[in-house]
Amino acid sequence: MSISPSTPAALEVENLKKTYPNGVEALKGISLRVEPGDFYALLGPNGAGKSTLIGIISSLVNATSGEASVFGVPIRTRRSEAMQMLGLVPQEINFNMFEQPFQICVNQAGFYGVPRNVAAERAEKYLKQLALWDKAFEIARTLSGGMKRRLLIARAMMNEPKLLILDEPTAGVDIEIRRSMWKFISGINAAGTTVILTTHYLEEAENLCRNIAIIDHGRIIENTAMRTLLGKLDVETFVLDLAAMPAELPTVNGVKLSRNDEHSIEAEMSRTHDLNSLFAALSARGITVTSMRNKSNRLEELFVRLIQTNGKEAA
Amino acid sequence: MNADATLVALGTIVRREVTRILRIWSQTLLPPAITMSLYFIIFGSLIGRRIGEIVPGISYIEYIAPGLIMMSVVQNAYGNITSSFFGAKFQRFVEEMLVSPMPSWTILAGYIAGAVLRGFMVGLIVLGISLFFTKIHLYHPFVTLSTFLLAATIFGLLGFVNAIYARKFDDIALIPTFVLTPLTYLGGVFYNVAQLPTPWKEISLANPILYMVSAFRYGLLGVSDIDLGWAYAVMIAFVLVFGAICLNLLHRGVGLRS
Repeated sequence: MSISPSTPAALEVENLKKTYPNGVEALKGISLRVEPGDFYALLGPNGAGKSTLIGIISSLVNATSGEASVFGVPIRTRRSEAMQMLGLVPQEINFNMFEQPFQICVNQAGFYGVPRNVAAERAEKYLKQLALWDKAFEIARTLSGGMKRRLLIARAMMNEPKLLILDEPTAGVDIEIRRSMWKFISGINAAGTTVILTTHYLEEAENLCRNIAIIDHGRIIENTAMRTLLGKLDVETFVLDLAAMPAELPTVNGVKLSRNDEHSIEAEMSRTHDLNSLFAALSARGITVTSMRNKSNRLEELFVRLIQTNGKEAA
Repeated sequence: MNADATLVALGTIVRREVTRILRIWSQTLLPPAITMSLYFIIFGSLIGRRIGEIVPGISYIEYIAPGLIMMSVVQNAYGNITSSFFGAKFQRFVEEMLVSPMPSWTILAGYIAGAVLRGFMVGLIVLGISLFFTKIHLYHPFVTLSTFLLAATIFGLLGFVNAIYARKFDDIALIPTFVLTPLTYLGGVFYNVAQLPTPWKEISLANPILYMVSAFRYGLLGVSDIDLGWAYAVMIAFVLVFGAICLNLLHRGVGLRS
């Protein structure tokens, strides 16, 4: 999507601060801009300030100072207009457990002023897309954890928002359902909805998001394109499964080899180091590699480093 | 939000409230029917016969019937909004409304409408029960209906304030037990306040329920312990003051937004 300079940002946050009555400074002056159509990751450790930031954007938390606007509409002064364009998938399950998924979705649309007949059509559409239609008229508390998470997404889609914020939507969900949720969210992003995602599954963020901000201790410590961030990773660690463990590990120039367990070794090397020399050295010693994988995902390595560095600086 | 969209949002809250009342009818509609039947049997038929006429031409059971109807209306209007709104806070699905573009007054109006409708349903049930024990004359329909609406609204608003500040279920039980029930029993439901000695008669005038019961009794029987104009003035003042308080609390997000 091409962005003209006059196009308002899907989300613009300027010097946002939040201090809770108990004195905790959750946000210490956050500024960021999310362009229309973006798939944006908002990452950070627990307690970093992500949920407070989302709370302020969705008007559940009052900011101490600073401004936030959705598609150019300031939340503080034109809340109703801004909320009309926003959909929220909260971290906690927060629907009425005694209502049916269909009722929950239709009511949510009603709160946005969507007429009941249109709301019923949308509820059917999104419950079907999220594989919940066969549970549409069962009591919500009987749904499994994964179904409840998908219901939160269906509910957030009822006003067909221009900006969808998902606060850890896949927490505690098995991989199969997580993948079906990724597919759904990618689909609505491809259709033009701007998506902001917070997650602790960094593989999820790396695969889905184009831009990323990392928050720690109430401050943004990184805000860039995912590709640029991943480009900063200078060292990678691979796990190599061996057919048989040698008595002694060979020395390979530029590679730090260490024994992982009885069947595998770890190889830490610069990202610019070619793998061929490693395999050639291992092969020359008669060591057969049966399979190979990254020790952790690339974003995870970067994330941990950034948080550790920031933690030391904060201390 | 334009007017049509706001109306849809308001209708959604009211529909959800009515659905809730009917879904849990054994908690919302049945208990007042049983309690009020016992009041009519014990205070009306058994004790009432020995008391005779409390006001010339009106038997004791006729006299207490409007008070009992009003008592169940205000208790249920209050109870509906505290349990429903606090339940929404407790399960956090109140956030469905808070993140929506609905203005604050729509949320308040929707819940008050729910409280008034529960009061209306219970009032009709108790009225039906009372017909087994005594005759009800609709002396002044407008006064009866307007008093019902004002009383149910006042207690809906009071219940809303209670639900806003409540942090646990105990907090929504305290006010009905220690404030609402004593005020109701001392609000002229079972006796004529004019017959009380000084200073109890004057102290009773500070009880808002007295004005509601008296005006409602006037609507049904044509007799009242106090001046009807005063009763309306007090009730309208309560609606305006507590309506403003509730809107202010919602606007500031007290108990709802961090």
